[in-house]
Amino acid sequence: MIDTLIQGILLGGYYAVIACGLSFMFSVMRIINLAHGSLAVAAAYGLWLLASKFGISPFAGLLIVLPAMAAIGWLLQRYLLERSARGGALLPILTTFGLAIVIDNLMFEQFGADTRSLAPFIGSLSYDSWELPGGIYVGKLAVMTMATAIALLGGLQLFLSRFALGRAIRATAEDPDTAGLVGIDARKANALAAAIAMVTVGIAGAFLAMRATFDPYSGGPQLLFAFEAAVIGGAGSLWGTLIGGIVLGLAQSLGAQVHPQGFLIGGHVVFLAVLFARLFLVGTPIIGRIGFTKTGFAKIRAAIRSTP
Amino acid sequence: MTAIPNGITIERWTRSSQLALGSVAVALVLFAIAPLTLGAGAIDRLTALFIYVILAAMWNALAGFGGLVSVGQQVFFGLGAYFTIRLADAGLNPFLSLFAAALITGAISLPLSFFMLRLKGGEFAIGMWVISALTHMLVNLDRLIQGETGTSLISLNVYESGTRRVVIYWLALASMAALLGILFALLRSRAGAAIQAIRDNEDAATSLGVRVIATKRLLFVLAAFGIAVAGALWLATSTTFQPKTYFSVQWTAYMIFMVLVGGIGKFEGAILGAVLFFVIETFFGAMGVWYLIGLGATAVLFSLFLPHGLWGEIERRFDLRLLPVGYRLKLPGPTKIQWNQ
Amino acid sequence: MTILSVQNLDVRHGLLQAVRDVSFDLAKGDVLALVGANGAGKTTLLRSLAGAHLPAAGRILLNDQELTLVPSHRRIAMGIALVPEGRRLFSQMTVEENLLLGKTSGRLGDWTIDRVFSAFPNLVPRRHAKTGHLSGGEQQATAIGRALMSNPDILLLDEVSLGLSPLVVDRVYAQLQSLLTSGTTIILVEQDLGRAMGVASRVICMLEGRVVLDSPAKNVTRDQVTKAYFGLHRANTGRAAS
Repeated sequence: MIDTLIQGILLGGYYAVIACGLSFMFSVMRIINLAHGSLAVAAAYGLWLLASKFGISPFAGLLIVLPAMAAIGWLLQRYLLERSARGGALLPILTTFGLAIVIDNLMFEQFGADTRSLAPFIGSLSYDSWELPGGIYVGKLAVMTMATAIALLGGLQLFLSRFALGRAIRATAEDPDTAGLVGIDARKANALAAAIAMVTVGIAGAFLAMRATFDPYSGGPQLLFAFEAAVIGGAGSLWGTLIGGIVLGLAQSLGAQVHPQGFLIGGHVVFLAVLFARLFLVGTPIIGRIGFTKTGFAKIRAAIRSTP
Repeated sequence: MTAIPNGITIERWTRSSQLALGSVAVALVLFAIAPLTLGAGAIDRLTALFIYVILAAMWNALAGFGGLVSVGQQVFFGLGAYFTIRLADAGLNPFLSLFAAALITGAISLPLSFFMLRLKGGEFAIGMWVISALTHMLVNLDRLIQGETGTSLISLNVYESGTRRVVIYWLALASMAALLGILFALLRSRAGAAIQAIRDNEDAATSLGVRVIATKRLLFVLAAFGIAVAGALWLATSTTFQPKTYFSVQWTAYMIFMVLVGGIGKFEGAILGAVLFFVIETFFGAMGVWYLIGLGATAVLFSLFLPHGLWGEIERRFDLRLLPVGYRLKLPGPTKIQWNQ
Repeated sequence: MTILSVQNLDVRHGLLQAVRDVSFDLAKGDVLALVGANGAGKTTLLRSLAGAHLPAAGRILLNDQELTLVPSHRRIAMGIALVPEGRRLFSQMTVEENLLLGKTSGRLGDWTIDRVFSAFPNLVPRRHAKTGHLSGGEQQATAIGRALMSNPDILLLDEVSLGLSPLVVDRVYAQLQSLLTSGTTIILVEQDLGRAMGVASRVICMLEGRVVLDSPAKNVTRDQVTKAYFGLHRANTGRAAS
């Protein structure tokens, strides 16, 4: 049982990594990018290609893939998302969905239906573990993922609150018109935010490929996981995403113990339960703004207190 | 205070729309007698066309008129087929099962709506996708379905294949006509005015007393029912039921393509989109992955450059409204006003 | 020395013309009071000067540099800063963060965050408070401070007294006093004619998008401005107000 719990929590680390980009993008640009999962898979394929064709280790490969992802984020925002956002709140959903279809099928065309993995390229990291007292084994990769999640979320939080560019992004998210009046180029701020989000997506893709297998159509399920983790974490600080990821990871791991299909079913059911509770008992917004200070949780507490 | 006659009248039907409705009636009659002259392949293809029209019209009703973009409507497509299998297995006549299954699915969508309609925008979109994924998995658990292996609507085999094909064709034609008719009548009714008010500006509509949620619920349930009918009909044509096929997000991709290209929020647009999709599929469907890439890319391009779809552009340029669901202001004199949207 | 030149400016909101054929020149150190009824086009004019609203026709020149179509985020680097109508602070961010945002353009000058706090001492205890929680007067002070942080050559103040009680407006104007006499070029939109004429060196009155009066403050009486404000000076032409 302890084993399952630890696996679940550490799995949450992965979900936090893939969810934080989605959450971030929604917070800043009010766009839910339905191509999020597909882009992570694309990054995974990029790393796999570098590893299998050129012998570049995935970690070194990140040095190539992550800047590429940043550039993709920039271009995506400038030429696709910005334009579709002008057509209303619903259009970006359609645009990003179309994009996801294109990306998924291009990858199928390029790489075929076989599942791939980066596990062969990272030596023993995919199965190495540490032994904890009590005969419990903790995967090194899983711990690494969790550590990365914490570093990413903490780093983003720090960037947003302490750095001028971070403030500029927050200001643009809140009021792009006035942001222009203080000298912020709203388009650049959004493009930067998209680039940052895509870098996190690239990192998520790397971890996805290292801990599991993937195929051209893995993007959809990954998007669902990211979405569920982000929503469970809810309105509040970026740390909510970590909590959301952990809850999802736990739900899935415990579900797997109950039934062979329980992994996915458990995750979806818990997600719906949290959604239900939030909609009918608390009434706070679902994916709200990322609270850029610690008062995000105070908001939730206040909302709970004020519910009739 | 006397009213000054200004020569302005309000009309619902124009000459062109009366012509159009007449043509639709003629077309339906032609379609109905078509099986007498067409071969098996053509009948099958036309049945598919009718199903596509249903899907497009229903997704358009939800997204274009209700403002609810859902990436999970395939759940109703799959449930329509699933319940048909279940009911047929329980002994009900397969043709009756089709419609009973759709009714059950529509009924299920009602409590679902109480939950899902509280979500907004992208959250609703992906939320429906989650529901679809979960439902897919739950259906897989049913022993009758045998997981992804699937099963078949065996009881249909009782009928001779030629008769079966034609009956299904007529059922599809009738369903399409009926659903389009219901939608048309709905949009022309008071509820329809409410729907279009919501589509244009939800807050303004609320302040006028429009019962927004109830109206959206109506659309949600209607779309669920309609899509379930489509799913059941698809099962009838292909006979086999593999959950993966019916619950695939691909169906949403098709629906989005049809509606985006045809014209979102336009009644005629959905029909145009379905016809175009049908034609494209007939010629390019065999290209496999490139066909799908093309669909996706086209959807993206339309959303960026032609967000009103082809019908939207036609309407704009030629001020043509064939199937009138709104009101037209007829101004006196020869002036032609360009409506900017 | 002309610092700002506006030539035949036309600004529209869709099909509605808000600013019609407006021209004036501003000298360095001028304090220009822009008055007029609601809907006269004052805010639109200010916003087009700040770049938030692009004109349909006409030109704006800053120190002989063409400013007309330059986007707003670059105008601040050129020296025009707007304190928007309604303050428009970033309510989720603190006073300090809002002020720091004012530094975005990187212009150098006398105004630093410390100088802003000493000019508006009522903000000091609220330094780390979110601006959404501040009182009206504190918000106005923050908004002005934020604009000052960019060390502007021209400061545009849009209805600083909007929504504030008279005592608070007194305080805001007192705080502005040093600014007003320091030689900063200012364009001030103000509903309160008395206050406007009390601080201005020049008055422009707008009516339905046009300039109906443009005069040094000392050459015009309050009465004359009032007449122009309501369009009464046109009563003799026999045209109905459109």
